Amino acid sequence: MSNLAILPIIIPMLSGIIVAFTNKNVKRTRILTKLFVIISLIVTSYVTYVVFTEGSIILETGDWVAPYGIIMVADELSIILILTTNIIAATAAFYAPHSLSLKQENHYFYTFFFLLITGVSGAFLTGDLFNLFVFFEVLLMASYALIVLGGERVQLRESIKYVLINLFSSMLFVTAVALLYGVVGTVNMAQIAERVAEVDQKGILTTIGVLLFFVFGTKAALFPLYYWLPRPYIVPNPVVSALFGALLTKVGIYSILRVFTLIFTHRPDITHEAFIWIAGLSMLFGVIGALSTNNIKLIIAYNIIPAIGFIIMGIGIFNKDALSGSIYYFVHDMIIKSALFLLVGVISYVAGTSDLRKMKGLIHYYPVLGWLLFISAFVLAGIPPFSGFIGKLLLLKGALSNDEVAITIIALLSSLLILYSVMKIFIRGFWGEKDATFSLTKKPAQGQIIPIVCLLAVSVFLGIGAEYVYPAIDGIAEYLLDPEIYIDSVLKE
Amino acid sequence: MEYIVLILSGILFATAIYNILQKQLLRIIIGTVLISHGAHLVILTMGKLKRGQPPILDESVTSYTDPLPQALILTSIVISFGITSLLLVLSYRTAKENNTDNMEEMRGESNE
Repeated sequence: MSNLAILPIIIPMLSGIIVAFTNKNVKRTRILTKLFVIISLIVTSYVTYVVFTEGSIILETGDWVAPYGIIMVADELSIILILTTNIIAATAAFYAPHSLSLKQENHYFYTFFFLLITGVSGAFLTGDLFNLFVFFEVLLMASYALIVLGGERVQLRESIKYVLINLFSSMLFVTAVALLYGVVGTVNMAQIAERVAEVDQKGILTTIGVLLFFVFGTKAALFPLYYWLPRPYIVPNPVVSALFGALLTKVGIYSILRVFTLIFTHRPDITHEAFIWIAGLSMLFGVIGALSTNNIKLIIAYNIIPAIGFIIMGIGIFNKDALSGSIYYFVHDMIIKSALFLLVGVISYVAGTSDLRKMKGLIHYYPVLGWLLFISAFVLAGIPPFSGFIGKLLLLKGALSNDEVAITIIALLSSLLILYSVMKIFIRGFWGEKDATFSLTKKPAQGQIIPIVCLLAVSVFLGIGAEYVYPAIDGIAEYLLDPEIYIDSVLKE
Repeated sequence: MEYIVLILSGILFATAIYNILQKQLLRIIIGTVLISHGAHLVILTMGKLKRGQPPILDESVTSYTDPLPQALILTSIVISFGITSLLLVLSYRTAKENNTDNMEEMRGESNE
């Protein structure tokens, strides 16, 4: 037992509370925020190091032995996602002062930002299905506040839809947890996994599994439950969009990854087979959405959906290669999505519009932005040697070894269309004649460019340095395929 | 007893969904309140309803109420209470800013 496992939750929470008191003095808040995100990043890196060298850290709060108490499980999967979350949080904290208005910063942006990170880390760490719900609510509460920050008409209009859909799925989540409790008599994930094997009526478990999948699918924006996603994600400030796009849907998909590798593995012919189809449809409909619009923010928001499709595809195929591909793609997508959201935030700021039809020849004025977008498009679509390529290669290898030809073709096709949808911004917005009427009044701040460059650097490292990263990811996939390891490490039998 | 409560929560779910599908914002909020009541009743029922038993496990006690669903329900009630109040304020502001409380008129720009 070690208290290290709780640190990724405690540090952002305390930071959020502390910066709430300094909100009168924006300069001090900014400095404190930067300090705290760096402390959090260093601490999480250390915890990651400990987890990878010494194995999972299990924290039984208040010395209540699992499965009776509340437990936190920092295993390799959770900690690698928390590390990624902290990298994104750090870049967002450095980007935020240049993007937010003073009013937004004064209205507790940094507090809600830290609470969001608290919720996300908590959801990744918890070993208890009900606490997963509680941490979901923590991060959703923070996101409700962030999405309306600024209080514009369109923000209010879109956020009400966002709140309603999340509230509805949360209530179904509680119901599903209650039903599962009725069947197995526990909410501890390890103990559920253990008892699921002993239940006679597997039918009711499959039903509960599908209900949970519906809940997480709504939060992760899978086909056909993605309809709520694109618009609410583009109305807030770019830095908020980046946090949402990188973190919120990913918590949903993480829950699916956890629950369907640990608990509901008894009928893969129903659940996991359906995942493959849903993955294919998510990819197709996501890229169709991305191609259908000329709003650059909306293009990136729609691109979240096919990425979720790629991750769920690996869970559906459920062999070692596909799962490691999923996890690789998971980490890659968190980083590149936040980079892209920040990038289009800068582009629409300097261009004064987010409508692609109204911009052309921007590369003459902003060469750095143009080439950053070019590289991001390559990273997103998975052109070698960038990180998306490794994830997709593993996914496709896993798909082909299970003879899933249809999904392989859909995945390749949609990758191509993803590349086109982002390249469209580059071709139509950056190429072309110099716009004579364009007045060069707005300049992107260094503080906006450097965070994006850092994120892209991490992404490039994940691609070129795959030799160093892959063994760790491969280990996680093997670990996920054998639920016994998780159960034994938590219940210590 | 369990069956009656489960049917009751089913009725609550049905009315909640009917209300959520309405166009008026306030009705939708009432729907979300009802759905949370339905969910809470399900949690309570899942711990088996027993009358007049304390939630204490002791060597001498043979019959006891399961305390866990009550803890879960309490957490869940607090959360849905908080969200409902947030939703009320949010919808008040939304209705004021958009000059309508009809969801049909809050679809967004059609010419994009």
